[in-house]
Amino acid sequence: MSSLTAALSEPYLQNALWGGIIVALLAAFVGYFVIARQAAFATHALSQIGFAGAAGAELLGIEPLIGLLVFAVLGALGLGVLGERSRSRDVVTALVLVCSLGTGALFLALERDYASNAFSLLFGSIVGVDRLQVLLTALAALCAIALLAAIARPLLFASVARAAAGAAGVPVFALDLIFLIVVALAAAVTVPIVGTLLVFSLTIGPSAAASRIATNPAATISLAAGLGIIAVVAGIMLAYATDWPVGFYVSLIAFVEYALARFARRRTQAIA
Amino acid sequence: MSAFFSSPSVDAALVASTIVAALSAAIGYFVVLRGLTFAGHAVTDIGLTGGAGALLVGLDPLFGLLAFSVGAAAAIGVFGERARERDLATGLVLSLALGVGALFLHLQTTFANAQTSLLFGSVFDADPALLRVVAILAALALAALAIMYRPLLFASVAPDAARSAGVPIRSVGYAFLLIMAVAVAETAQIVGVLISTALLVGPAATAIALVRDPLRGVALAMLIAIVEAWVSIALSFASFGWSAGAHSWPVSFFVAAIALVVYVGASAFRDGTAS
Repeated sequence: MSSLTAALSEPYLQNALWGGIIVALLAAFVGYFVIARQAAFATHALSQIGFAGAAGAELLGIEPLIGLLVFAVLGALGLGVLGERSRSRDVVTALVLVCSLGTGALFLALERDYASNAFSLLFGSIVGVDRLQVLLTALAALCAIALLAAIARPLLFASVARAAAGAAGVPVFALDLIFLIVVALAAAVTVPIVGTLLVFSLTIGPSAAASRIATNPAATISLAAGLGIIAVVAGIMLAYATDWPVGFYVSLIAFVEYALARFARRRTQAIA
Repeated sequence: MSAFFSSPSVDAALVASTIVAALSAAIGYFVVLRGLTFAGHAVTDIGLTGGAGALLVGLDPLFGLLAFSVGAAAAIGVFGERARERDLATGLVLSLALGVGALFLHLQTTFANAQTSLLFGSVFDADPALLRVVAILAALALAALAIMYRPLLFASVAPDAARSAGVPIRSVGYAFLLIMAVAVAETAQIVGVLISTALLVGPAATAIALVRDPLRGVALAMLIAIVEAWVSIALSFASFGWSAGAHSWPVSFFVAAIALVVYVGASAFRDGTAS
């Protein structure tokens, strides 16, 4: 126990925990709509698309975060605009994803030195988080959550009944684009800390579990936030204790949460 | 031009990419038709983790690749039986597999290099022995696809009608997932995840946008995939002097970019003729 207290007084661990908790909160809000819109594939793609941007920025000698943001927003616009005109959103998502990763491969081939830097983005480095990054992430998360809250009602309408929402005068295409850009920006600012893996796991795992149990949006988002925080705090502490990667623990815990929720739901249904 | 065809590594790349393209496009036609695009991509990433795990315990990566991709396909099938849940089920299985992959990466640092080459592909130095295994698996997968072609097409296009006509649509669905998992994992091992997904999805979606008849659609998808692969290899070969330093541009970049552009162009063409 004393070793736990000692660990918690380590500044880098405190930063990691705060960073993880902020990401889990943001992920609960984003995840709710990702599940309502069946956009898990787009979320997976948007969290990886930034990789090419970071690689390109290093090639040009500019700040990787700028490249990450530019590519993430371009990717979101690409998914939105091309997806609108295609019969299959998934086909567009797959092709935009491989195209941006292919561009990343091209940047890698042109300049070999920065590869390790760009690759650390795939997995993140939660132990290397400083106070400033935590504050910036908190600020970005606050903006993203405020934006989502502002458009929550029409977005939910458009997500569950697209045709009806369009007929009722809701600007469904504009909402598509805004939502994709929020997902992309949320991924872009959190990926450097926690890696694409954690963002993706935290966005869909706890929300999927919560949506199996809770029935109304507020309860689902709150439960998902709680489950996400449990996953990320437990994941970081386990990683600290065992030296295995945080991403492994978080994705495992998130998956177990979902499996348990699914099982619990089936049991209660069987009893009722 | 003659340097292109007399280079043995180009010959090997052309043979490998032709097998991969034909197999990917034929399987991909039904992947797109059945809305399994995300699953088809996820299986490659998951197979990669399995291959790395096999290396870690000293097994042939082929076993790990096949075991993980078939297991993932089964999990996606069980969790995502209802189409509405498939996107999420695929995401959850993928997320878990990526987490396990991160652990393998941590446990074995040499895996990082193996993963880079698997992710971006190394079509110019495909192992001939591996290529033979893949050629056999490709022939088996295409034969299985040909045998179940009619019920699979019926179940994919009109599942309710197929069910009432007595087609065992669940078994057909699982059989197809199994074939897809084996085929996609194998193509990913030769050409990498990027080319594998690009050739699985792009040519098939293009053919579906252009041609209504399924048999001609499958044939067109295979033709488009082979042409895209060959053009990409030629461009990669030609790109050697395009940029400073002795680097050529990666095949995966050309395949992915061409697949996207051709699909978007075909969709625009279809919309133009339809209106």
